Amino acid sequence: MTEEEQEVVDWLGEYFQGEDRGKSLITVLLALQERFGYLSRKGMLDVARLMGMSAANVYGVATFYNRFRFNPPGRHQIKVCMGTACHIKRSDKILDHWMRRLEIGVGEVTADREYGLERVACVGCCTLAPVTVVGDEVIGNMSTSKIDGILLGHDLARKQPVAGAPRDTEDA
Amino acid sequence: MVAYDAIRAGTNYAALVERAGLAERAIVGDEAYSILVGTATCGRAAGALPVLDAFREQVAKAGIEARVMEAGCMGHCYAEPMAVLKRPGYPGMVYHHLNPVIARNLVDNFFLGDDPLLEFFLGATESNELMMPTLMDLPRFGREERRLMRRTGSYDPGDILQAVALGAYAGLARAFELGPESIIAAVNESGLRGMGGAGFPTGRKWAACRAQSERERYIICNADEGDPGAFMDRTILESDPHAVIEGLIIGAIAIGARRGFVYVRAEYPLAVERMRRALDDARRENLLGDDILGAGFSFDVEIAEGAGAFVCGESSALMLSIEGKRGMPRVRPPQSVERGLFGKPTVLDNVKSLANIGPILVAGPENFGDVGTSKSKGTAVFALAGKIVNPGLVEVPMGTTLRELIFDIGGGVPGGKKFKAVQIGGPSGGCLPESQLDTPIDFDKLSAAGAMMGSGGMVVLDEDNCMVETARFFLEFTQDESCGKCTFCRIGTRHMLDILEKIVRGDGSLEDIDRLEELAAEIRDGSLCNLGKTAPNPVLTTLRFFREEYEEHINEKKCRARVCNELTAYYILPDKCARGCDACVGSCPVEAIFTSPKKRIKVIDQSLCTRCDSCRLACPTEYNAVLRISPLVELPAAEPRPDGDKREQS
Repeated sequence: MTEEEQEVVDWLGEYFQGEDRGKSLITVLLALQERFGYLSRKGMLDVARLMGMSAANVYGVATFYNRFRFNPPGRHQIKVCMGTACHIKRSDKILDHWMRRLEIGVGEVTADREYGLERVACVGCCTLAPVTVVGDEVIGNMSTSKIDGILLGHDLARKQPVAGAPRDTEDA
Repeated sequence: MVAYDAIRAGTNYAALVERAGLAERAIVGDEAYSILVGTATCGRAAGALPVLDAFREQVAKAGIEARVMEAGCMGHCYAEPMAVLKRPGYPGMVYHHLNPVIARNLVDNFFLGDDPLLEFFLGATESNELMMPTLMDLPRFGREERRLMRRTGSYDPGDILQAVALGAYAGLARAFELGPESIIAAVNESGLRGMGGAGFPTGRKWAACRAQSERERYIICNADEGDPGAFMDRTILESDPHAVIEGLIIGAIAIGARRGFVYVRAEYPLAVERMRRALDDARRENLLGDDILGAGFSFDVEIAEGAGAFVCGESSALMLSIEGKRGMPRVRPPQSVERGLFGKPTVLDNVKSLANIGPILVAGPENFGDVGTSKSKGTAVFALAGKIVNPGLVEVPMGTTLRELIFDIGGGVPGGKKFKAVQIGGPSGGCLPESQLDTPIDFDKLSAAGAMMGSGGMVVLDEDNCMVETARFFLEFTQDESCGKCTFCRIGTRHMLDILEKIVRGDGSLEDIDRLEELAAEIRDGSLCNLGKTAPNPVLTTLRFFREEYEEHINEKKCRARVCNELTAYYILPDKCARGCDACVGSCPVEAIFTSPKKRIKVIDQSLCTRCDSCRLACPTEYNAVLRISPLVELPAAEPRPDGDKREQS
């Protein structure tokens, strides 16, 4: 067992000791995903064992719902809203531009695990269409240039020298 | 008719109201300074949180005793971020389109000085001696009637006492006096119909559940607002959760339930957070839990979070989802009121239905029905979005026409564009054209026109939207969200989507239209739940009202809205291109635009263009040189790109 798998098993063991043990399978899976960012194979197998049901049952429920993911998300998870209002304001072009800039497809994560890209049905901010959710932040009135700006902002933040550290002469 | 006199203070409710009154005076009393910032999800997306921080900082810096609070949404989404400022000598002052700089200025000038900065002012919350115009004087309120949204945006949902001061739980106190039978009679008499879109009479549903012999019963609030384009349930949960909790408790008294659930969809994290807080507050004030208000009735509510499945808005699927299973609708009967959640009798009501209950008991059922049409009583909330000047939430009496809603309240289509259609009811609804705009809004008239009330999402489309592509979008959605149980829904929607994709690519044939109509009828007849039954509606209504667009795509390979990628090309008008300007070149993500060596104008290399629209948006409006052309045969021949200029493609 890898270190992460061990962590999942330990966490689940503790979880099922707590007051939440009587909760539904979906509640358990949501908690597991909340903690680890995604549902791992080991995690789902362990949930099945602890809840006394088949692994197929757990996997069936997990794949039925859009919210569960089976791969680790990016540090910045990008959710492009594809609701009706966003669609008629050309959210397809917004999604295209994210894919082009990040060089990944929907449901994928960049090689450095910095960005993950998802599409969501509707985040309910239709008046600000088109909308993209970056991490927890809902950003309205998206445009392709705004995407460039967000990515540039992240790049700059990563390069920002730690306060008090000597300045890199090359950056000056 | 039963006589409905004023509420008598029979329970501990009177003591609660008294405390709430004191708390209220501290916030909006004559001597109080307070700031309410609208921080529902839509406000946040518009930048409300930095505004909130700015208010907090500046108030602290100024050293004023002012409470800075978070509120919900007033429905004026076009004006976000908004805040209500209250100071002695003034009514509540609503400011719009705020940013941190304006926020700091407001504290300095309005609170410390005496200048209300009217340039940022939208309206006062109440009529006043200063003759400040009120929100009610805005033209849209001439048609609006706020009932469900009576409190949204005007209090901090994190403070239950403010809700009580504004009348929350008055209906509950009344309910304890009436008792179950009279509650159901009152709801029946009001004519309230399920506001989730189906329109089933709420009182009849409650009576049917009450009549069951099984003693264990449940009540569920359906807040799985899955229709893309609808957001009024989210707004009510985020802005006035206590209205929903009150409705749930009254419903529980009526049907005899001890446990209730609020099923909220996964995409609404803030709604979950605020609802959870409101439930905790209600428990603390003895409005939930054992022996509610000392009236001898016990009931509690828990939150069930959805995990992202559109089909879970269907009652039997929703209940399976709460049980932790896959949400796949089952054959009915038995109805949910007979055998629902965990096999027990269950009532499922929409957020808006429940929020209506309190006022029905307080003001009396005849008051609820005094607006609306004969078959559809009361008001309806619509989420206006899309190509419209004033998007936001609108509450109008049933029977208001679509034209009044879109043009008088919503302000019509922006940018001088022509109105094309309004999409009502999400993926189950339809697109209605200009000719249908005088249809009055009620459950039955909308269905007759081919759309449906649905959840109340209303998206306006203008001449730049392609109807075939819009139909394809909805089929893509329903096809993806089909749970897979019924063959006709699972495979039929896939088949319809394939055909529509063919048509928008320009590969369709006229027989395809007939096939779409056949499939639509078969899917409608062969599906168990309304997801499948109504899935063909967007295609059927667009075929009915916009058939010529389908035929143009097929016969002329033309998309009149110039939206369908395969049928549209981008072209830079040589006469209009400003030559020296490089705006489009910089904007193009694939380096498809080059400068003609001879004429020095910009030309698009069609082999590279991805039709991302960036160049058209980047081209300065005074030149406006980028055109979209459809059909492709009308595209003028462009000069080839010089060999040396072409970038290497990886």
